[in-house]
Amino acid sequence: MSRFLVKPELPYCKGCGHHLIVRNTVKALEALGASPLDVVLVTDIGCHGIVDGNFATHTVHGLHGRSVALAAGIAMGLPPEKKVIVYIGDGGATIGLQHILEAARMNADLTVVVHNNMLYGMTGGQPSGLTPTGFRTVLTPQGYSLPHHNLPRLVLDAGAPFAARVVGLGDFSDVLRQALAVQGFALVEVLEICVSYGVKMNPDLRLKELAQEAGYEPGIWESPARPAFRPSRRETASLLDMPAVPQKYSSPLEGRMALILAGSAGEGVQQAAELLAQAAIAAGLHVTKKGSYPVTVGVGFSTAEMVLSRDPIFYHGVPQPDAVVVTSADGLANQRERIRRMTGGVLWLDASLPVPETSAEVRVADFRGRAGARNAALYALLTVLRETGVVPPEAFLETVRESPIGRQVDLSEW
Amino acid sequence: MTMTLSHSHPVLIDGSRLIAEACVRAGADAYVGYPITPASLIFFHASRRFPIALPAPDEITALQWMAGLSAAGYLPVSATSFPGFALMVESINMAYMMELPMLVILVQRLGPATGTATAGAQGDLLLLNGLISGGYPLPVFCISDLEDCWLLPPIALQTAVDLRMPVVLLTSKEMVMTQESFDLARLSEIAPVHRTVYDNPGPYCTYDPGDGLVPPFLPVGNDRHQIRLNASTHDRCGIIQHTSDEAMANTRRLQAKVEARAPVLYHLDEQEGAQTLVVTWDITSGAAREAVMTLRSQGVPVSLLIARTLLPLPTVYLETIDRYPRVVIAEENHQAQLAHLLFGRRIPPHVRTVTAIGRMIRPDEIAREVVR
Repeated sequence: MSRFLVKPELPYCKGCGHHLIVRNTVKALEALGASPLDVVLVTDIGCHGIVDGNFATHTVHGLHGRSVALAAGIAMGLPPEKKVIVYIGDGGATIGLQHILEAARMNADLTVVVHNNMLYGMTGGQPSGLTPTGFRTVLTPQGYSLPHHNLPRLVLDAGAPFAARVVGLGDFSDVLRQALAVQGFALVEVLEICVSYGVKMNPDLRLKELAQEAGYEPGIWESPARPAFRPSRRETASLLDMPAVPQKYSSPLEGRMALILAGSAGEGVQQAAELLAQAAIAAGLHVTKKGSYPVTVGVGFSTAEMVLSRDPIFYHGVPQPDAVVVTSADGLANQRERIRRMTGGVLWLDASLPVPETSAEVRVADFRGRAGARNAALYALLTVLRETGVVPPEAFLETVRESPIGRQVDLSEW
Repeated sequence: MTMTLSHSHPVLIDGSRLIAEACVRAGADAYVGYPITPASLIFFHASRRFPIALPAPDEITALQWMAGLSAAGYLPVSATSFPGFALMVESINMAYMMELPMLVILVQRLGPATGTATAGAQGDLLLLNGLISGGYPLPVFCISDLEDCWLLPPIALQTAVDLRMPVVLLTSKEMVMTQESFDLARLSEIAPVHRTVYDNPGPYCTYDPGDGLVPPFLPVGNDRHQIRLNASTHDRCGIIQHTSDEAMANTRRLQAKVEARAPVLYHLDEQEGAQTLVVTWDITSGAAREAVMTLRSQGVPVSLLIARTLLPLPTVYLETIDRYPRVVIAEENHQAQLAHLLFGRRIPPHVRTVTAIGRMIRPDEIAREVVR
């Protein structure tokens, strides 16, 4: 008995082609001079997958269709001298086609052996994406109507350096040996007919004839070698290497102020709010800031909700703002309902906009005309600070000046 | 930067950054990501910080890669939200059955289905309670504030290693995407998770727990012992079984190890004379804290329980609740999911719930229910 097996009697139906795949795999591994613990056999769900207990290698038995992705993860974590082999059926390959293509594209270092017996065998003989046209299954007794996937071609197109198809008869161990020798992704499709469901429904078919009629051309196809995908560990810097915001100013704010800044995407709303938050910290306040914008982040409204507080902030929602600052029509449309519900506070509104229904005090200013659309949000916040003093305007100006935007805006004009 | 800082170091920071940094300092070494709002900010930070960061093409692949990396000895992390998490469920069950350590951060958003990607929620607790087929418990910890973003990832990772299993760290959109002023000097040093591998020369069976409940770990591909990992029902050596006694004992052990060893984490702030206990979790913890502070400042005694271990549900929560004639449970979902976990469909009359969807619960709503 081979050193790769712990039990020679395989758990397959009499006459099943899976026997030959195991025997040829073992022969190929022996030819490569590998040792059992250099090999990780990852099996999918299906008749082929119950063979784990026969192997002396490492074995991993996963989910239906997902074994190639699982094996790719294993291969990423192992050194190149380890061989990762995937046993998968035509059904599993259909379910997990995306995983196969992705592994090929990445050139994951593994060898996929597709047991193509033309149907889902374990579950009763249903057709798969590799069932050839005309092949009869329990669900398609008149013959399957769709064409089958061409797996070798698909993986080659995706970037695999090696793909092969063999008729699963006799000794095809050398093809498997070549596949296993590849540093990177290799796929070998082995053609079989399920002896339980395929033969019963197609008693006159012979494997070689079926392969020919179905266009299942045997062969080996190779692409230029490229490095196998194997991520290496890198050194990274702490995410907390953040400069402290020095407290150089003080704020007269005693309690809490909830502020909403509403404008248009691409007009620096979030950036302006973040700079105000930094300035608030510099003024000794606690602050929270959250952004809201449509999924298409480049168009439509952009709103920032902020809470500035003398005391620590545990709840950072803004059910009733003290200040709403609107710099564009998008912002007004987004906040119109909230503005309508305001029973107090102040609404700062760009001069280009109609005054909405509200009980808040309304202050109109020409943010856009004075600073341009791109900087209207910044200028609007500066206006609010000048009029309220909640954060010293010079704290905000200094924060802006020291930010990347400080080089783009002539603050002396403000 | 080395923690602990001796001087105040105020910054504007989001929870995602703290979570990613805490994971790496705790020893997580591979992040497998997939873009999904509102977890993408964690993906962004993790991509800059983790020793290995991999963009997966889809959510199932992400979990499968994590399982493979975990089998090979890595400690992987991913973050997602419900639509992605839903696709990960079968693979999380696989990792549970294979006993592979990993951390999945679930950032809750408003559902059902795609719902509103940019609206927060606390709507996935009941989903997590039944996540593992057969009803087996999955450890779920929940972040309640920025400091938890720092403290809980290491505990969750240590639990994943100690119990050899996937662990879920639950949070929500407002927690990981809101920027807050925060003093980095408040952060304590994080010690890397303690991890051992089987190093005895004798025979090794992948799922043999010896005298304990958790089998010693050894990575697949090692040169000393054969590893057999199996998502199907299996015996202690990882050989597929139907329903043999040994396999059923192995399956029962999966529950026993969690119930015996999952850490119980919570914050209990009891006030003498309080007749009401406020119980909450996740983002509503902030509103509850403010409500409790306001009530106390008004002379209303009230106690507060913030649940950090959500699953398996610690019995101490019920024991604490039993001491109070009135209980207010506040959470941002439509069903009062924690209340249902505690009491089933028959919530006692002395237990009131405060719920909301599409918005955060306000402190005044909680306070109003306390004094009602």
